[in-house]
Amino acid sequence: MACVLGGADGDLNYEETELCLGLPGGGKSEVETTTPKAPGKRGFAETVDLKLNLQGKDAVMDLNDNIKNASKDKNHLPAATVKDPAKPPAKAQVVGWPPVRCYRKNIMAQKNTSEVGEKASGNSAAFVKVCMDGAPYLRKVDLKMYKSYQELSDALAKMFSSFTMGNYGAQGMIDFMNGSKLMDLLNSSEYVPTYEDKDGDWMLVGDVPWEMFVESCKRLRIMKGSEAIGLAPRAMEKCKSRT
Amino acid sequence: MLRMARSLPEEVLEHVFSFIHSDKDRNAISMVCKSWYEIERWCRRRIFVGNCYAVNPSMVIRRFPEVRSVELKGKPHFADFNLVPDGWGGYVYPWIAAMANAYPWLEEISLKRMVVTDETLELIAKSFKNFKVLVLSSCEGFSTDGLAAIAANCRNLRQLDLRESEVDDPSGHWLSHFPDSFTSLVSLNISCLGSEVNFSALEHLVGRCPNLRTLRLNRAVPLDRLANILRRAPQLVELGAGTYSAELRPDVFSSIAGAFSGCKELKSLSGFWDVVPGYLPAIYPICSSLTSLNLSYATIQSPDLVKLVSQCQSLQRLWVLDYIEDIGLEALAAFCKDLQELRVFPSEPFALEPNVSLTEQGLVSVSEGCLKLHSVLYFCRQMTNDALVTIARNCPKMTRFRLCIIEPRTPDYITLQPLDDGFGAIVEHCKDLRRLSLSGLLTDRVFEYIGTHAKKLEMLSVAFAGDSDLGLHHVLYGCENLRKLEIRDCPFGDKALLANAAKLETMRSLWMSSCSVSFGACKLLGQKMPRLNIEVIDERGPPDSRPESCPVEKLYIYRTLAGPRFDMPGFVWTMDEDSALRFS
Repeated sequence: MACVLGGADGDLNYEETELCLGLPGGGKSEVETTTPKAPGKRGFAETVDLKLNLQGKDAVMDLNDNIKNASKDKNHLPAATVKDPAKPPAKAQVVGWPPVRCYRKNIMAQKNTSEVGEKASGNSAAFVKVCMDGAPYLRKVDLKMYKSYQELSDALAKMFSSFTMGNYGAQGMIDFMNGSKLMDLLNSSEYVPTYEDKDGDWMLVGDVPWEMFVESCKRLRIMKGSEAIGLAPRAMEKCKSRT
Repeated sequence: MLRMARSLPEEVLEHVFSFIHSDKDRNAISMVCKSWYEIERWCRRRIFVGNCYAVNPSMVIRRFPEVRSVELKGKPHFADFNLVPDGWGGYVYPWIAAMANAYPWLEEISLKRMVVTDETLELIAKSFKNFKVLVLSSCEGFSTDGLAAIAANCRNLRQLDLRESEVDDPSGHWLSHFPDSFTSLVSLNISCLGSEVNFSALEHLVGRCPNLRTLRLNRAVPLDRLANILRRAPQLVELGAGTYSAELRPDVFSSIAGAFSGCKELKSLSGFWDVVPGYLPAIYPICSSLTSLNLSYATIQSPDLVKLVSQCQSLQRLWVLDYIEDIGLEALAAFCKDLQELRVFPSEPFALEPNVSLTEQGLVSVSEGCLKLHSVLYFCRQMTNDALVTIARNCPKMTRFRLCIIEPRTPDYITLQPLDDGFGAIVEHCKDLRRLSLSGLLTDRVFEYIGTHAKKLEMLSVAFAGDSDLGLHHVLYGCENLRKLEIRDCPFGDKALLANAAKLETMRSLWMSSCSVSFGACKLLGQKMPRLNIEVIDERGPPDSRPESCPVEKLYIYRTLAGPRFDMPGFVWTMDEDSALRFS
């Protein structure tokens, strides 16, 4: 999300947002907020607070000092092989950095998953296609960029908001949403986000804990509410069979 | 008195021109005089269009009526890192449709970062009777249905190369669409396909194509199938193995080892997903003749890598993961004296802590031991100015130098200074440098060095660097041969861009994202520079819904003869002379 903020305000100090996310040297609580939580545990408010740097600026500045000191020490040590079996927490991912192509990221991720078993390491990408009924082209999102359904929903709204705005260039595509804001429609349940899971079933977005969703989502489809009616019972059955 | 130059007959000139292949030379020939222009345009057979929006198909066809080979590039390079939103453009269909009419004898199509559809592939398959070569590099938008059409219809196909493309819902049966009578295949690269191909169809295809020289398999081809395939194609020069992993069994091992020893011409290896080190000795017999080794998917640790590379004395190109570590790079420097190109990729790009012992020292060792080294891509977590100065002094013939220090704005870890001097040494000593990617903590000073020294530089990639517009100005003002400039997350704004607007017409393209270029400046450029397309890419909505001084999210500027394009999605706006009116 740092990239979004950076784009809107070129003066944003990148270090502040980046260093917020629990680098070594910070307290244990910072580390906890960045590793995937057990399903059901809500750390959302804390995550938002640290990530977006909205409150407690002093607290953030202290963190910065801590981290600067810690990393200074680390850099003076001779480079030794660090083979830490417990994977360290991953940092916030800036879009497109480091510049590694996504098929390379995904391949390493597959390897890592099989090595460490069930535990999802934070250091991989999860790109899924997103289509919206009526939109002329698909989009792609990296689910690992978001920490909650709310963040994903905001990002999708932004991504598809261009359909609701006037200017389409010379092609003159029809404003199929008649100027209404996508967010309102999502909230009013006229459009419903759904996803295809690993078993190939189409489910309503939002039923399962966020981490479980990220692991099982293969693609997203924002469909008209009327078409989604049939999904709800299936979603409930699946949840029941899992618990 | 006018003296009429005695001119050679057209046929003679045409014959002479047929020996000239480089575009640059051909372009020079065409500028000599009108008659040479005419003769040259009728006998030009290869076209390269570096930006598919710089010109439109009808212009190309009008000037060059007898083309046999076309190469097109679409999206900007930063699309590889997901900085270009899906739907931006790069559709190849209009080109193919135009060429289907104009070039019935077209033989070769090479595309990079373009959107290709099944419809496009079907059109290619039925329009060009002598079609021979299809290369789709980092393309997307098509499925194996399109490939099936190519397989079924292109009777003289020699090369099908899908390198790094994204192919939808792949199913293995498209291979069976090559008819039994089809035997002309020379090169097949399906390494990017996600799912299984039909193995017996693959083996049968390989077996009946005696000229097959290049075969790059995908991950889904298991190790126990590899031996069968190799035995059918002992003439292979380039092989991409699939998964190199199986239960360790002596019979499987000897089968694979035997198959590899039978391939006396093998020069290039790639693939090797999920390597079980116990099977590596199977390739030892052919190591000494290898010139190219791509182990960038092979998760083998440095002891095994050392054993491997120390047998590859003819190696010219190595792509490897950072598991090789400094110690492996020292071995490389000791044994592989012909090395020209090295790429070291990060095994865990998002981990905070280094997971391997790969530092600046590894690259320094290679620069000391491999005197022919001229192309480097190196991901690491620490660097010093001294190391960069040493590398620069050791490799004055460097042509491509791309360094990625994983953490943005990382200083010299010993002196804590910016890496300006280190990169400055690179551009000062490496006078033939054509491509450079910067990283680490950098001030405007590094750009001053680049503008002063990097006179042959053609492509520059910059991220999280610089202090002010002066940095951008140094580059635009000083780099005479600059063609492509891509910048992200730098404090560069309007001043340098507007002051150097004319420079932009001498370049292929400029990309700037998460910088400080205002919408107002984009509009101004659009008004003043009719031969540039100024594309504002902004997913926050129309730029005029925000103040003029607000920076745009992303900016893509390229020179063009074709004017604004008409296939833009809703989040891309082209600034032109009318934009002042439209946006007020």
